[in-house]
Amino acid sequence: MNTETLIFMVAVQSVVTIITIYLFVKVLKAPGGSGDNGEEK
Amino acid sequence: MAQSNEGWGSRVGLILAMAGNAVGLGNFLRFPVQAIQNGGGAFIIPYFVSFLLMGIPLLWVEWAMGRFGGIRGNHSTPFILSSMSKKRLWKYVGVFGIFTNLGILAYYTYIESWTLTYTLKSLAQSFTGMSRGQVSAMFDSYAGVHGTMTDALVNINVPGWAIVAFLVTLVLNIWILSKGLSGGVEKVAKIAMPLLIVFGVFLAIRAVTLGSTGIAGCSTCNSSAGLDFLWKPKLNSLSNPKVWLAAAGQIFFTLSVGMGTIHCYAAYVKKNDDIALNAMSAGWMNEFVEIVLGASIVIPIAVGYMGLDWVKDNAGFMMAFKTMPFLFNQWGAVLATLSGVAWFGLLFFAGITSSLAMGTPFMGFVEDEFGWGRIKSAVILGVIILVLALPTIFFFEMGVFSEYDYWTGTVSLVIFASAEIILFSWVFGMDKGWKEITRGSDIRVPDFYKFIIKWVTPVFILTIFFTSLVKPLHGEMSDWQLAFHQLFTRGSWPWANDSIIAQALHLNQKWIWFKTGHPTVMFYKDMSRLLLTLTFVGLAVLVHIAAKKRRKTAKITKL
Repeated sequence: MNTETLIFMVAVQSVVTIITIYLFVKVLKAPGGSGDNGEEK
Repeated sequence: MAQSNEGWGSRVGLILAMAGNAVGLGNFLRFPVQAIQNGGGAFIIPYFVSFLLMGIPLLWVEWAMGRFGGIRGNHSTPFILSSMSKKRLWKYVGVFGIFTNLGILAYYTYIESWTLTYTLKSLAQSFTGMSRGQVSAMFDSYAGVHGTMTDALVNINVPGWAIVAFLVTLVLNIWILSKGLSGGVEKVAKIAMPLLIVFGVFLAIRAVTLGSTGIAGCSTCNSSAGLDFLWKPKLNSLSNPKVWLAAAGQIFFTLSVGMGTIHCYAAYVKKNDDIALNAMSAGWMNEFVEIVLGASIVIPIAVGYMGLDWVKDNAGFMMAFKTMPFLFNQWGAVLATLSGVAWFGLLFFAGITSSLAMGTPFMGFVEDEFGWGRIKSAVILGVIILVLALPTIFFFEMGVFSEYDYWTGTVSLVIFASAEIILFSWVFGMDKGWKEITRGSDIRVPDFYKFIIKWVTPVFILTIFFTSLVKPLHGEMSDWQLAFHQLFTRGSWPWANDSIIAQALHLNQKWIWFKTGHPTVMFYKDMSRLLLTLTFVGLAVLVHIAAKKRRKTAKITKL
């Protein structure tokens, strides 16, 4: 596999993975993140 | 209008259900095939630009519209749209948000049933020792297909076991929907989404590390060759409208925007709860499944054993069922079984989380407007889906399946998205809209998105709509130039067969309904259009009755 292509693939997939995990962790830490949706803000 | 007692049990459950709505069979089958057919790495850049300029804005808009309607007691698009403008027309535009889902559910549930059957077949090691031809023939026999679309009556399909599996899948969907959002949909999403990711990661690692398979006489039989083709960036693609159209189309499908499902799910979110972060989280989760997992399974494995040229010529949806089990067989009995269960299992989970989402808008509508209970609503939905689905099964090779897919799964999405972005940005107003998006937000939404949602996204979507409407033959930049030249010099337009107008008017084809006394493919196509039109009209009549009922109730309340 071409090195340039490999770098592009790894870069894109890493960015997507990091953003996905970052946003999901942010949701878990936010109000109502991991628990019940009972209380309104 | 009845009071709804539906709601989400937890925020994570809502996000997994929303991500499950977006993650579908297309993430694993449509995305890599689209990328291969549109120049491999050439596809990725327009795809990302479309995601940032159209996908993310539409996610925010649909979540905001859904929550806005939901807090006013509206849980389906006709009355969600209607609550944003005084014009009566909008509730009929909102019919698309129910119609599209019914149309897609009809054929999608059938495909979902294939994945369920194939998971069980993999578990039972039914493919062990089979050649590629035998695996392919097994699918043809299961689905009762003959491999060609002709006018011959012999092509009518009556696949006994496939129908049984379809009915089981339909009943399963209806049963889960009858349990409600938190008791059914959310519980399934919480199990299905993590399992889907685990299965996907397992298969992606196996595919990426496959390397050269050493097939004699095949120099490109190497999974790296597949990845190389898929990811090699080609900047010249940016000037090709065909690639842009395909990339933007993929964003529509993959995020499930323009369908009405997001509005419906978001309608059960509370007034001051976040939507901006939720929308981003669910949207990016879908992108992870598509770009990281979807791009790393089918193509590398297929290229590893079949070679790059074969994949370029044969990449398509059916590869999942007709080729993949044979490729897994090359890994020995135990790994083949595990991989088969993981592959078809993840497709099934991707399918069912989407089909449940597609059932919700109809249920939300009849529960709100006619006060039906969950069980009654779910059963009636099941009957409608059964009636709409049977023609796609029996006349699969007479073009009915592809007609449903084209009109409900492609054209309707673009029409509805065009209408809703205009309603949100221009009729409802961007200032009010921006407040809706940012109210209760747990992230800071970049201010420039206000400009993007008002100007860029509508232009983007309308351009897609217009170009799809009048697409010239082949659709490359030079074909557009030639088409305009032909228009001004000869007064005619070289329609591409898949342009909306050419499809609608059967241009480039002879309009024949009967040949030697038998109905032709065109007859079946037109009959399926008639059935879909009647479904739309029927829903519009129900919306009309519901609106009348609302006005009557409002008058009585005033008195």
